[in-house]
Amino acid sequence: MNRFEYVRAGTVAEAVQAFGAGARFIAGGTNLIDLMKYDVEKPGRLIDITRLPLTGIEERDGGLRLGALATNAKVAYDDRVAQRYPMLRNAILAGASAQLRNAASTGGNLLQRTRCYYFYDAGTPCNKREPGSGCPAIGGVNRIHAIFGASEHCIATHPSDMCVALAALEAVVQVSGPDGERSIPFAAFHRLPGDAPERDTTLKPGEIVVSVDLPERGFAQHYTYLKLRDRLSYAFALVSIAAGLELDGDTVKTARLALGGVAHKPWRNVEAEALLVGKPATRDNFQAAADRIVAEAKPQSENGFKVELARRAIVRGLEQAAAGTPQSLSDKRIQ
Amino acid sequence: MLLEQSPPVSADTPIPITLTINGQRRELQVAPWTTLLDLLRERLDLTGTKKGCDHGQCGACTVLVDGTRVNACLALAVMKDGAEITTVEGLAGLGERKGSNALHPIQEAFIEHDAFQCGYCTPGQLCSSVGLMNEGHAKSRDEIREAMSGNLCRCGAYTNIVDAIEDVMHGGAR
Repeated sequence: MNRFEYVRAGTVAEAVQAFGAGARFIAGGTNLIDLMKYDVEKPGRLIDITRLPLTGIEERDGGLRLGALATNAKVAYDDRVAQRYPMLRNAILAGASAQLRNAASTGGNLLQRTRCYYFYDAGTPCNKREPGSGCPAIGGVNRIHAIFGASEHCIATHPSDMCVALAALEAVVQVSGPDGERSIPFAAFHRLPGDAPERDTTLKPGEIVVSVDLPERGFAQHYTYLKLRDRLSYAFALVSIAAGLELDGDTVKTARLALGGVAHKPWRNVEAEALLVGKPATRDNFQAAADRIVAEAKPQSENGFKVELARRAIVRGLEQAAAGTPQSLSDKRIQ
Repeated sequence: MLLEQSPPVSADTPIPITLTINGQRRELQVAPWTTLLDLLRERLDLTGTKKGCDHGQCGACTVLVDGTRVNACLALAVMKDGAEITTVEGLAGLGERKGSNALHPIQEAFIEHDAFQCGYCTPGQLCSSVGLMNEGHAKSRDEIREAMSGNLCRCGAYTNIVDAIEDVMHGGAR
């Protein structure tokens, strides 16, 4: 790990003020410290924001405001989250380990970096780590990589489970920075790689996430978070799906679907969601939506299996949501 | 307010912190890049806490920070200023048996249930077990397995580890 200056901020304004070239904010540190050990991140200054008053979870406009420093565990085990946003709870608890969730923050979860092997290996080229150096994952070892929205410069995926649920819930990210405060709709927070894969998000330099706001609509009756991975716990998603439905009898009134493990950001296809609306919640209709989504898939040399896996996960996830039988967190059999 | 001084601490200046480790208050000077794990092992000779992967993947470094289990390898000591740290060396001193030399019930249960072979992961497994019970969310066997997935055991003692935790959780340990 490189040497760095350490600053402990007491307010958001102090944290923003302390920011400069080569600086990084640090909260839970579960990703940043790891990246520093691999020399992927070499900050000249760490700004410790853990003492900022952003740990709360508060009622707001019929929804909840999650403080950026609320730990993943605190959010997942909050009674209001469990009752009103169980999709979010399940997504958080599907990720990482208990130890990591106890340390990791809400804001940090949004800002974690890809687990692409090449990004993590400072001995290889990587356009995300060193812009312009190339992408050995294209044509290389890319079993875990993107099938949607990738570019010729980067095929990395976003690793978060929590963010997949936040995308489906249409959360809003509140940020504060040198130019003041602003709100970013969740769909506009993470980027596709395009020709600038070094930028994961639309945050500007020095901006800090202060909260994540959950709208009132939580899909608490009809939801699931279904995660498919190489082992049953403590592994990143190959494909995951957050599904939320509102039903009127058997008819779909609202449908939300977000996929994890398949793109540079939580992947949504609003046209496919619209296909479901006004129609019966049947397997055939779920199949049609899934077919619409995977029609855009562009697999890499080693991850063609993800296309069919995603198609089936979408159908199964929608069935689980419609039936009100979300995927269990401890019994991993997929019903 | 900013810590101590502004502009910030230069990279070569150790930073004073206070930690309460296994009930003992310690005033320390640490470089900011010192992890909690390295501080415990290299500076304080508390080598019960193990360095397995050093990347938060194996759980061998699990300790309790203010009663909550975390990976000590992914924590900077300077950021834990003011915290109470419990390592495997301090488990026996927790709870009702405080002051005696008796083992913590989970330690006795690990022995009773043969919940280890080589022992390298055991300090992390023990601290993680105590953290799990402090959290109070895992009840069933499946839930315990899920909540312990951050602690790898390459000897494969998992079944007996879950037995030991269930035993203590349900009040069966001596």
